[in-house]
Amino acid sequence: GMDAIMLQEKLVERLLCARGRTMRQKVDKQYVGFATLPNQVHRKSVKKGFDFTLMVAGESGLGKSTLVNSLFLTDLYKDRKLLNAEERISQTVEITKHTVDIEEKGVKLKLTIVDTPGFGDAVNNNECWKPITDYIDQQFEQYFRDESGLNRKNILDNRVHCCLYFIPPFGHGLRPVDVEFMKALHERVNIIALIAKADCLTPNETKKLKDRVRDEIERFGIKVYQFPECDSDEDEEFKQMDKELKECTPFAVIGSNTVVEARGQRVRGRLYPWGIVEVENQSHCDFVKLRNMLIRSHMHDLKDVTCDVHYENYRAHCIQQMTSKLAQDNRMDSSIPILPLPTPDAETERLIKMKDEELKRMQEMLEKMQQQMHEKDQ
Amino acid sequence: DSELEPIPPPQLAEPGTQGIIRGRDLFGYVGIEAVLDQMRRKTMKAGFEFNIMVVGQSGLGKSTLVNTLFKSKVSRKSCTPSYEEKISRTVHLKSVSHIIEEKGVKMRLTVIDTPGFGDQINNENCWDPIVKYINEQYEKYLTEELHITRKRRIPDTRVHCCVYFLPATGHRLRPIDVEFMKRLGKIVSIVPVIAKADTLTMDERLDFKQRIRQDLQASGIRVYPQKEYDEDVEDRIRNDKIRENIPFAVVGTDKEHQVNGNKVLGRKTKWGIIEVENVAHCEFANLRDLLVRSHLQDLKDVTHYIHYETYRVRRLNESNASVSGLSALPLENGITEKYEAQSQL
Repeated sequence: GMDAIMLQEKLVERLLCARGRTMRQKVDKQYVGFATLPNQVHRKSVKKGFDFTLMVAGESGLGKSTLVNSLFLTDLYKDRKLLNAEERISQTVEITKHTVDIEEKGVKLKLTIVDTPGFGDAVNNNECWKPITDYIDQQFEQYFRDESGLNRKNILDNRVHCCLYFIPPFGHGLRPVDVEFMKALHERVNIIALIAKADCLTPNETKKLKDRVRDEIERFGIKVYQFPECDSDEDEEFKQMDKELKECTPFAVIGSNTVVEARGQRVRGRLYPWGIVEVENQSHCDFVKLRNMLIRSHMHDLKDVTCDVHYENYRAHCIQQMTSKLAQDNRMDSSIPILPLPTPDAETERLIKMKDEELKRMQEMLEKMQQQMHEKDQ
Repeated sequence: DSELEPIPPPQLAEPGTQGIIRGRDLFGYVGIEAVLDQMRRKTMKAGFEFNIMVVGQSGLGKSTLVNTLFKSKVSRKSCTPSYEEKISRTVHLKSVSHIIEEKGVKMRLTVIDTPGFGDQINNENCWDPIVKYINEQYEKYLTEELHITRKRRIPDTRVHCCVYFLPATGHRLRPIDVEFMKRLGKIVSIVPVIAKADTLTMDERLDFKQRIRQDLQASGIRVYPQKEYDEDVEDRIRNDKIRENIPFAVVGTDKEHQVNGNKVLGRKTKWGIIEVENVAHCEFANLRDLLVRSHLQDLKDVTHYIHYETYRVRRLNESNASVSGLSALPLENGITEKYEAQSQL
């Protein structure tokens, strides 16, 4: 009866009040009462919990593990052994997964970190991103099978929602391996480029490097994750924050596993003879911006873009391949149930052809650029 | 001077909670519950859809009730009592959509009316057009879902709730009620209500409801909220309370009267004013709370995750079984029975 509803509303209020914003839905007689709908949806989400899969990629020693630990306040890598140089010669690119359940204020998050040890570490790094693209595609394929199957009750979503790519701060912008990697992945996953170990850069150097990287990302046609546009009805504070966020990319980050005492407080930081770097000090690095963006404001959008764009592209591509193969083989033994759709009409076929041609053009452009870079190096 | 200390590994709260890192063990605050905010913002922007079907004989106050529920003229009829309508020869469905807004939440409400149901002399199979309509919506959704390039948000025309109007006879379920609810209960969430309940005293109402519940159980009819879809203990407790009280006895009107200095929705008679929103008079408020304020999202979820999935599975099995191709028609009731008969072989 009525008390069950009040109980539910109280529960949701308690949870949502945590942010200090009053979201009290005083439903009295004047209203129909469907304004409680968002609360009804939330109640279910809180019960179910959320999940998020984050991939980190970049060469060894760029502080990836430390940053992940700092972001989620965990110590995922405490049992890790670092390989010596000889062992690393024969190491190939691996994919490792760590899962951890985090609970805060009644909200459960199942966080999966996908790590890519060995990436870019070899002498010959040709196509070192292939195990990574294969992994991402495999998760898409798994989801596609599950989604098309008959029992869809408990589908596990292992798709990668975001990839943090670490760019070394020592160079002068993007290196060939950075460009190749990001281009191999930008249509499969949301890429967020980071400048790693930013404590070796002065503010001026940081700005120069960021400008250069942003410029090169655009020039090479790399499609990194775009923050969605702000709604016109958002408040000014939010719009300002959003603007600052966009102008700050690529984020220059520093991570730390240690606690130091600075300015009378205990903070995460790095102690040097010349001073203390505070991870959460926004004038020292962009860690806070990255964390806020990744967790507090854009986690949901990252998942949405993965589902609505990257996954849908994969799925459409997959189906087209399957239907053309079936037409060739003239058999209907696909394990994925599909209703035999009518052959695509002229309009759809034209669009498919256009896309193919566009892909071909991009391919040619990339080859030309590769050649230019080779020539530049020589 | 500063001290350097490695951050201690997270303390596990109790044995058996391996791998769960509780908020209080973390040094600091990650801020993950902000995801709720993000979701809220997004769902508010996107708006909600809700499709409600009303079924019952003419004159049971279906349109009036829906208008009262949503406090707007959302059904196909206006509420003026002088409106006369010819009883139609066949059951044909009429759907009317409106966008209503409340406190920033936008909802696209579609009311599907079923004039002609149960009004004929011979009412055999009068439920067929309704079953067909419901399955057609499932088929529409399925086709969209299987398309190569899918819309981000598939338009949802599936019937989330079917309110079935029982006349306040005071006796039991009639054969047409049983036949209808038996069939429809398998494909849609039915919410039965006792219509025009102002002819029943409180005692008569209680007895009537009890007999109806007995009849429902005896006929194996599952109405909303279905016991087997309770997800956990909390749900079960909440829904048990509802199950013990259905069907709700309702009275609807759009007329307002003055009672004790307040404006109330009510029906004025010589012996008093029946206040629609007064829980001592009728259960309209309970019905509204169930349908709108507490279980609206759940109704949609049951439709999507259970009824629609059931349809989808049958459909895909059917398409895999047929070698030569696929029938272009959505499943009809007859096929369901055929499958059931076959599975008993």
